[in-house]
Amino acid sequence: MSAREAAIRVRGLKTAYGSHVVHENLDLDLWKGEVLGIIGGSGTGKSVLLRAIVGLKRPSAGTVEIFGRDITRLEGAERQAVERQWGLMFQDGALFSNLTVRENVLVPLQEHTQLGRDMAREIAEMKIRLAGLDASAANKYPSDLSGGMRKRAALARALALDPALLFLDEPTAGLDPITAGKFDGLIRELQQALGLTVFLVTHDLDTLGAICDRIAVLAEKRVIATGTIAELRQLDHPWINDYFNGPRGRAAVAS
Amino acid sequence: MSKAEASFEVHEEDGVRTLCPQGDWTVMTVHGVDPDTEPPGCGALDISALGNIDTAGALVLVRMAGDGAANLTGSHDSAARLIGLVTASGMECDPPERGDGSFFELFERTGRASVQMWTEAVATLSFLGEALATCFRMLIFKPQRLRWTSIVAVMEVAGLDALPIVAFLSFFVGMVVAFIGATSLADLGATVFTVELVGIAMMRELGVLLTGIILAGRTNSAFTAQIGAMRMRQEIDAMTTLGLSPQEVLVAPRIFAMALMTPLLAFAATIAGIFGGLVVGWLALDINPVMFISRLQDAVAVTNFWVGLSKAPIFGLVVALIGCRQGLIVGGSVQSLGSHTTTSVVQAIFSIIVIDAVFAIFYMELDL
Repeated sequence: MSAREAAIRVRGLKTAYGSHVVHENLDLDLWKGEVLGIIGGSGTGKSVLLRAIVGLKRPSAGTVEIFGRDITRLEGAERQAVERQWGLMFQDGALFSNLTVRENVLVPLQEHTQLGRDMAREIAEMKIRLAGLDASAANKYPSDLSGGMRKRAALARALALDPALLFLDEPTAGLDPITAGKFDGLIRELQQALGLTVFLVTHDLDTLGAICDRIAVLAEKRVIATGTIAELRQLDHPWINDYFNGPRGRAAVAS
Repeated sequence: MSKAEASFEVHEEDGVRTLCPQGDWTVMTVHGVDPDTEPPGCGALDISALGNIDTAGALVLVRMAGDGAANLTGSHDSAARLIGLVTASGMECDPPERGDGSFFELFERTGRASVQMWTEAVATLSFLGEALATCFRMLIFKPQRLRWTSIVAVMEVAGLDALPIVAFLSFFVGMVVAFIGATSLADLGATVFTVELVGIAMMRELGVLLTGIILAGRTNSAFTAQIGAMRMRQEIDAMTTLGLSPQEVLVAPRIFAMALMTPLLAFAATIAGIFGGLVVGWLALDINPVMFISRLQDAVAVTNFWVGLSKAPIFGLVVALIGCRQGLIVGGSVQSLGSHTTTSVVQAIFSIIVIDAVFAIFYMELDL
């Protein structure tokens, strides 16, 4: 496995809000082509880690390399070039509420490519269908959509530029188990077809079991362990034990 | 990552035309190919010479190859899978909704806007009734449920904090009125009447009108934005389900606070305006302050002051009422928040000026 290349390499990351330190000395690797799940208790800074990696939160110390470029030091056009290689799906969608779903997906296409208008529209519609939305959804505004549809629309926008790297923040939170299951399947299918590298923040044990190649556990301000579910279950850490060997954890592993 | 241009060739063999795409077919490169120059009647698609491909490229390929996309030859890491994915994604989306831009549309919109104006007026009046009923009910039957904390908080933010801007602008308007009066009256040799001009104008009209308009721009929009944002975040719904009436919790305190604070602000505005006139009189017209004030006392009836101030609570009520109502009808989108804030300010300024005119006629008929 020595040939594996890192899509994301985080070293010595420290983030803080005022005097409240969220992460300290955090190291993390995400290899190309894998799906990495990030778990951790509430308030351990899963979303903050994601924000630090994509540059929405400036770290106090440490480096974040994406495809070998240190994102904390990039600016201007170079930064944009890296940004174009990733898609980000926010927890509650963060769709632009004054644009329809189609226009939301069109935003990155019109901004970053030289496609003609009709072609861009067609590609946007294809993404909307790929994300599993039906034909009438394209003209709707985010406020008219249900939670599940909003997540799908957000996924369509995240995939608009066919990014190599996809960040998902709690993609299945708030969805019913059937929809969540379909969403997992969709992400897996797209990940394999497009060869995506996925950084996935989740609480959903079924999602972890279904689509993650590896799981990283956030606790005590850093990544305390990474590995498959089976590997993590062997570890002797109270939180990890509670997590995977609690009633919900056992049910998910058993299935 | 080097990018090769997207291109294609068409080979013909045994009567079967084969589309052979070359180079990278990704979202960044496919703009080089026009899918509508589609070579007619391709029966097969050869993907062996293809570089990188993504879903956008696959979509263009499927469009160009038509039926041929079902008949793949050659091998490629990911192309077959992507083409399958794109083909399987199925039906077209509904076309975007767009007006036809015709003349009829103009009439339609004009008609809608007119009806809307009428329904808005009715709805605002019914909201006025509802809000006043709530206020009186609270005052008379359950004064212990008046929310003093929020009333005082609104009084501070919307009243006290507005004092500097209200006084400042009024001061300058007072100066302007004095200057205009002085230059016009100088021709008649009657500069000394500037005192009456400034006194009556500021007391009767300008002090309170300026206050009303500044509050409409400053406070009214803040009310709409606050309540509108609460509505967008479902806080109003939460309130209702907890058995709290938004009328009691949000609207009534704002109405009480504004009805109390606007007269005080109007008073300050009037004083500042007269002071502005006094300064101009002193520096430019040789009317010294003592003379200015004694002339003000002799020549300007105190009725003017009361006429002006009597309008202030009404203006305060209008500002609070329209601000709250527009906030409460904000929909789910950011657009709606923006348009309701605009509507709110426009309606408030409009109402204030119309009400001021009605008062002017009313007091004239009363010979005040």
